[in-house]
Amino acid sequence: MSNTVKTIAVAGAVAAALAASLSAPAHAQAKEKCFGVSLAGKNDCAAGPGTTCAGTSSVDYQGNAWTLVDAGTCADIELPTMADGAARTGSLEELSRDLPA
Amino acid sequence: MTVDQTTFRRALLDPEAQRPEGLGDGQGRDAGRRFDVYRNNVTVSLSEALETAFPTVAKLVGAQNFKRLAATFLRQHLPSSPLMMFYGDDMPTFLEAFEPTATIGYLPDIARLDLALRHSYHAADAQPFDPATLQAIPPEQLMASTVTLAPATRLIRSKWPVHAIWAFNTVPGAPKPTMAAQDTLILRADLDPEPHLLPAGGGAFTDALLNGQTFGAAIEAATTEDATFDLSTMLALLIVNNALTDLKD
Repeated sequence: MSNTVKTIAVAGAVAAALAASLSAPAHAQAKEKCFGVSLAGKNDCAAGPGTTCAGTSSVDYQGNAWTLVDAGTCADIELPTMADGAARTGSLEELSRDLPA
Repeated sequence: MTVDQTTFRRALLDPEAQRPEGLGDGQGRDAGRRFDVYRNNVTVSLSEALETAFPTVAKLVGAQNFKRLAATFLRQHLPSSPLMMFYGDDMPTFLEAFEPTATIGYLPDIARLDLALRHSYHAADAQPFDPATLQAIPPEQLMASTVTLAPATRLIRSKWPVHAIWAFNTVPGAPKPTMAAQDTLILRADLDPEPHLLPAGGGAFTDALLNGQTFGAAIEAATTEDATFDLSTMLALLIVNNALTDLKD
């Protein structure tokens, strides 16, 4: 391939990549931190040892532990009701429920 | 009598070693048994740190085996920094020479992936540039430009299906790995790093960009490695994951 042909091919690929990235659901941005929905020890965080966040939640649905979920779904995640029968929902803010004793 | 550091350190790392003589508790009483407790705590806490640090390796060899592996590793490679988040940089090379797991050929590369995910997590933030710029400048100029990738970008090139093995052990419902060489690119689109399987030639392309070569040279390297290299798939992956952070002539 001559350089001119190659450059034209590249321009085409760049255009295709832009189109693909625009039409693809922007999954990169479409996540939100959802508090109070993680099972014990399963909260998200890839920080590694010596940090205080990785998988450290110690009770199910702990109110101050979060998981990344698809944007807009946090409050709709189905969770078992609390011991007193009150409904439990996820939240974009830290919750004071289900904290470890 | 006082204990010098060399004796203390040697005994600390060897469970068979006699505890150092002459340890006192500050009130003149013998504190030898406290040393045993301390020795145990040092080993256990570093071993737990390694298990957190290498979740995929730990899952592959099993909890019991990992404890033994970790105990051998930590006595050879003590932390060089008090920041535990980067502990274990020597794990991949250690595993290459570790006899009991020698049959698991891909284990060192899996350790590289676990390590790279952690380094990616702690890398600096960077703002992506508007990808439309790629199209706005003349193609000849683009070919001669250098594209900077986000600081959180990490490339793992392997002769093993490292991405598939990682996914099989991490993502629920992921298919069983089949033998193939795989290049994995770790990108951090928002808060957490994520490993992405690169298309054919993608490893050479990213490697060239990470080494500061021009956009044109990177495409050249990719097509030389694999003639079927698909630039648009590769670019779309980088754009969607906010990985293109600077474009320079």
